Amino acid sequence: MRRLAGLAIAVAILGLAGFFLLTRPASLPPETLARLQAHPADPVAGQSVFWAAGCSSCHARPGLDAMSPMSERLRLTGGDEFATPFGTFRAPNISMDPEQGIGGWTLAQFARAVMLGVGPDGAHYYPAFPFTTYSRATPEDIADLWAFWQSLPADPTPSLAHEVGFPFSIRRGLGLWKLLNFNQDYVVPASDAPVLMRGRYLVEALGHCTECHTPRGILGGLALSNWLAGAPNPVGQGRIPALPPQGWSAEDIAAYLQSGFTPSFDVVGGSMADVVTNLSQIAAEDRAAIASYLVALRSSPNR
Amino acid sequence: MFHRAFLIASIAVGALSTPALAQTAGQMDPNITARQSLMRLQAYNIGVLGGMAQGRMAYDAEAAESAAQNLLHLTQINSRRMWAEGTDNSAMEGTRALPAIWATPDEFAAAGAALASAASAMAAVAGTDLASLQGAIRGLGGACGACHQAFRQPE
Repeated sequence: MRRLAGLAIAVAILGLAGFFLLTRPASLPPETLARLQAHPADPVAGQSVFWAAGCSSCHARPGLDAMSPMSERLRLTGGDEFATPFGTFRAPNISMDPEQGIGGWTLAQFARAVMLGVGPDGAHYYPAFPFTTYSRATPEDIADLWAFWQSLPADPTPSLAHEVGFPFSIRRGLGLWKLLNFNQDYVVPASDAPVLMRGRYLVEALGHCTECHTPRGILGGLALSNWLAGAPNPVGQGRIPALPPQGWSAEDIAAYLQSGFTPSFDVVGGSMADVVTNLSQIAAEDRAAIASYLVALRSSPNR
Repeated sequence: MFHRAFLIASIAVGALSTPALAQTAGQMDPNITARQSLMRLQAYNIGVLGGMAQGRMAYDAEAAESAAQNLLHLTQINSRRMWAEGTDNSAMEGTRALPAIWATPDEFAAAGAALASAASAMAAVAGTDLASLQGAIRGLGGACGACHQAFRQPE
């Protein structure tokens, strides 16, 4: 009996040790750190990365619309709520405020947060933050982005806690989620067409279209075999359509991302309206590259 | 025995589903039909302006002017009756109008006023030249989009 109890304790200790080993927060590889530091960071290029990556879609104050001044989208107060099957996530303040925001971070801390989903204190972030997408970004783009970030305003709004039920409330456990779902490989194979490659980078590494347009499994991981094939709305009613929309040409998609007008001149609404506002700020060639990638993806999706 | 149960079940299902079917097949609430028609007329005229702005259609001052005037009139008609209480998407099929329209009527009215003002800005310049039209189209799209974001359920 005592031997059995001893065995049970030993198994429990081994299990805990295994859990802690498997869920260790990752660090950036030395090669990434070297590229971050070696790159002469350009805040102007970083501004394009900012709009392509859509940071303000979630981190600007709630309630902005297409009529709001763009400067409001540069004030990253946080506070928007995302009610998911796993709980309610609240976007944190990521403004330059050193206390409430991330103004006190180093470039390496910023890159680790964005590319690996790990905070400066070593805590895992919830994948409501699309670090699985951003992990494909180049260190040079991240360095440029951080250089642009330095010009953004500080805001003293305190971040609000997420409301997540057990067992998802144990952040350490997210290490297991990452083991299952964190895959830095591109989904669409490489091609030798530079426009398609640029589109792939914008969609798969920065734009995080997949976060809403691809269905998720029961643990919230993306079902990569149904890449951009349409999905239930992860944060509300209704359905997010498959990409590309039925019958849309590359020109239609690029025009929509610039103006919000569909081919029949309906106008974008919902959370996609913020995406269009962001993408209206990037270069026309980049919107065209996204469109090329999407029309090459599949010809006639089912919705 | 099985047949009878099946027959009863079919009749029950038929009886239950008839009102919903009737509503979608032709007996749509007239308020919903009217406001969706109004939206289509607006989109039709914005299509002329947007098509020129996007370079899909050659700029034609006269056509631009008349589309902009049509749009301006459409944004100025009194559509209050079409937005009847109880015709939101939680109460009826076939509409994406969110309850927020009735919960925050002042914001909804302000969104309508913003559209009328964007349409007026467009009407003032649409016939001038393509560059002026292109300058006004963003405000128009913004006014449409702001209202859709707050008051229309995404598909």
